[in-house]
Amino acid sequence: METIKIMGTDDTPTVILDAENEIFEISGRSLPEDVTAFYDPILGWLDEYASSPNKKTVFTFKLVYFNTASSKLLLDILMKLEQMHESGNDILIRWYYPEDDEDMQEAGEEYADIVDVPFEQVGYTLS
Amino acid sequence: MDKKNVRGFLEFVYDFYKSMKAHEITLVYEGEITHQITKAFTSLTESNMAKEEESNSVQKKVFHVMVECLQNISKHADSFGSDDFLFAGRGIFMVSKGDSEYHVTTGNVIENTKIDELSKILDYINTLDKEGLKQLYKTQMREGRLSEKGGAGLGFIDIARKTGRKLEYHFLPIDEESHFFILTSTISRNE
Repeated sequence: METIKIMGTDDTPTVILDAENEIFEISGRSLPEDVTAFYDPILGWLDEYASSPNKKTVFTFKLVYFNTASSKLLLDILMKLEQMHESGNDILIRWYYPEDDEDMQEAGEEYADIVDVPFEQVGYTLS
Repeated sequence: MDKKNVRGFLEFVYDFYKSMKAHEITLVYEGEITHQITKAFTSLTESNMAKEEESNSVQKKVFHVMVECLQNISKHADSFGSDDFLFAGRGIFMVSKGDSEYHVTTGNVIENTKIDELSKILDYINTLDKEGLKQLYKTQMREGRLSEKGGAGLGFIDIARKTGRKLEYHFLPIDEESHFFILTSTISRNE
């Protein structure tokens, strides 16, 4: 399966989807000019991955900022992972938030409420 | 410009400057709101706030509110003679900074036919408390669809949540077909 590697910019996140090396990560800032165009390939990749996933998938979100339009697309990603979980796959979401960022922590809690999938919150300090 | 006009213009520039100072306006723009403009304004304001050692949480709130306000204009603003798509997505955008608050203000033309729907949404958001806003955001994220222009219907809810205040808005009449819609968001500098 092909890997997706997108280097982050000041308005788009870093995205690594690498099944072979077991890296599934979205990090950084997300306010792309065209959210749909940015996230469509990612959602498409997940559809393909869902047909033959790894034994265990740990998906990491480590965002410092996302706009409301992105929040909707992040939910779409989480819902795909939820479907995989419902089909009996071992899925874990790790939601990283800066320790001093209550809003990002709360955003994680909200997603955890909406989707039914194992969800871990991890606070970290920016050094 | 003849001499008299030059004089008038110079006075206008100086009055404009004084008026900006009086209202503590740090940024003002009128025109099309593009993605480039959004990036430029947010990064400019970010670096100003960092320079002034504004707290992280205030910086983040101002950033959030600015992005959503700018995107509202770029996605929803109408225009005079709205058949001309070239003029859609325009508006006025201002940031002002007082001793205790930041204000982010947007103004744009809106067709009368859309006012009812917009006021309904804004008034409804204003009836909700913190928990209600959270629930509405979650519902809208789950059930809402992205519009053609990439709007998720979440911007106003997010502004209300981030500022912790009611949405303050006004419609001023322009002509028989349109009004000028003004939205002012206030972010407190003291946490």
